[in-house]
Amino acid sequence: MARRRQRKVVLNVAMWCVRIVFGALLAFPFYWMLITTFKRNTDLNNLKNNPFIFNEPPTLDHLRLLFHETMFGRWVLNTAFAGLIVVIITLVLAVPAAYALARLTGNWGAQLGIGVFLTYLVPPTLLFIPLSKVVAMLGLQDTLWSVIVVYPTFTLPFSIWLLMGFFKSIPKDLDDAAMVDGLTRWGAFVKLMIPMSVSGILTVVIFAFTLVTQEFVYALTFISSAANQTVGVGVPTYLVRGDVYYWGSLMAACLITSVPIGILYNTFLDRFIEGFTGGAVK
Amino acid sequence: MAVVETRKLTKVFKRGNVGAVNNVDLESREGEFLVLLGPSGSGKTTLLRMIAGLEEPTSGDILIGGRLVNDLTPRERGIAMVFQSYALYPHLSVFNNIVFPLKAQGVPKERRQKQAEWAASLLGIQHLFARKPRELSGGERQRVALARAIVREPSLFLLDEPLSNLDAKLRASAREELEQFQERIGTTTIYVTHDQVEAMAMGDRVVVMSQGVVRQIGTPADVYDEPADTFVATFLGSPPMNILPFEETLVGFRPEHFLPVGVSERPGASVSYSYHIDHSEYLGAELVLYGVMVGGAFDGMKAISRVPSTHAAGLTDGSTHTFWVGASDVKFFDRVTSKRTTASRLPS
Repeated sequence: MARRRQRKVVLNVAMWCVRIVFGALLAFPFYWMLITTFKRNTDLNNLKNNPFIFNEPPTLDHLRLLFHETMFGRWVLNTAFAGLIVVIITLVLAVPAAYALARLTGNWGAQLGIGVFLTYLVPPTLLFIPLSKVVAMLGLQDTLWSVIVVYPTFTLPFSIWLLMGFFKSIPKDLDDAAMVDGLTRWGAFVKLMIPMSVSGILTVVIFAFTLVTQEFVYALTFISSAANQTVGVGVPTYLVRGDVYYWGSLMAACLITSVPIGILYNTFLDRFIEGFTGGAVK
Repeated sequence: MAVVETRKLTKVFKRGNVGAVNNVDLESREGEFLVLLGPSGSGKTTLLRMIAGLEEPTSGDILIGGRLVNDLTPRERGIAMVFQSYALYPHLSVFNNIVFPLKAQGVPKERRQKQAEWAASLLGIQHLFARKPRELSGGERQRVALARAIVREPSLFLLDEPLSNLDAKLRASAREELEQFQERIGTTTIYVTHDQVEAMAMGDRVVVMSQGVVRQIGTPADVYDEPADTFVATFLGSPPMNILPFEETLVGFRPEHFLPVGVSERPGASVSYSYHIDHSEYLGAELVLYGVMVGGAFDGMKAISRVPSTHAAGLTDGSTHTFWVGASDVKFFDRVTSKRTTASRLPS
């Protein structure tokens, strides 16, 4: 009895150790951003100081610089807007495409799916040259719309691929049952397949949005004016002047943009993991 | 209520290959429980899916209630189907699963509620309305699938091995329930199974299929007692019918008709053979004997006998006895076509 209890305690302690180690590991970047955001430059640049704590009283100078002397607010809005539109374009195209590839094209579907995925492997550093020509032809240079048009080129292949897997995991009998029960193929897709792949669709939403916020090459090459810039390019471009790094403001910018995405991920974490088709078939 | 008819129905999945279903002519009767029976790959499910409209026929016609439905979508055919996997919608509650077909047809809300309650009460599942499919047992899922199928009172009921996911005990009771249920609602039903016991127990008529071809259509007694060919003869019955070559024919008799002399005398002529028992299986109610014929026309050929345990005394492994079979229980098949032929003479 006592031994058993002892074992339980040891196991508990071990579990907590693992949790604490990983928690600390994952939380550290956020802590680092947070503390740097509010540290005075003199504190930051003094190598003799302990870097993990405030050695001088905190300051709001970096935030002031970020919001008043750069167009950070505008960049965030730009990014959110571009992200939203890209997510919509991605969903409108990827969801039906994935369903069609998973269900309607037979053996062709799998091959085509691989083909679609392969395009994802071509790096933007190669593609931005031909794409800049496309952007110029469309007359979208130096506008936010240039990246909105270009981003789906990499969000789509991955999203289609991911959703194909989701649709494939839904038993075909359900489509058949829905059609016998009085729906058309399209009806079955809209009323059954989409509600049943909510987790997949959410994953695509977050994935596409994250890619848009972190994209660098296209935004750098296609957009030059500060007012049209996205966060990913605006922040490093305007807060690294020559060899001067505005660490405090840089970290503040990172913190402000990463926290909402982190919260978003956490909110839907269960949705991602949830075995959504449980009970459909024995 | 409706009658289903197929005319020369054929499905070829891959051009150049043999069809999964070949020239099937079938006609159900009003309110009938018609069972499609066959081993896996015999085309029975494909045939059912064509009737449902989920599979397009390569050639041939399908008529439901006298109307040609070849070009109609599944939803226009007025049918209901229960799938082997039940195909319940996992994200919907039991109630919403049941009313799903009504919703799809745009039935008003009050009527949906009424219909769902009616269907659920027939199957005794009203108390499950709020649950999700994953919270149900196998038997409950099956009932929900049935309720969803009958809720809009279809003219035709298609069932694809609905009992195969249940455990043996539950299957027997579900079988009986399903049978009574069909009788009560009186809807023409086509039922696919590979289980001969199910087919015999439930079917008004049984359609025996093999390799995409209908081998025989008849009542359970017809197909069992008067098999049209050796496939039907050996597919139905366990252990299968003894089929022994004799001159230009194949001679068949069921193990339960091949008995020690003295057991169950049938009126009329009979033939007797010397039978050597190699080994036996004791199955409680009966003893199954595996052995060889000694002497006579069938000398050295293997045969199986099923003897009621009450008459099993003395039938030990390695012993030889005289067995007989009633002349009327002996069936003859053509050696080339394997179809039934009329008897030439009884081999002795």
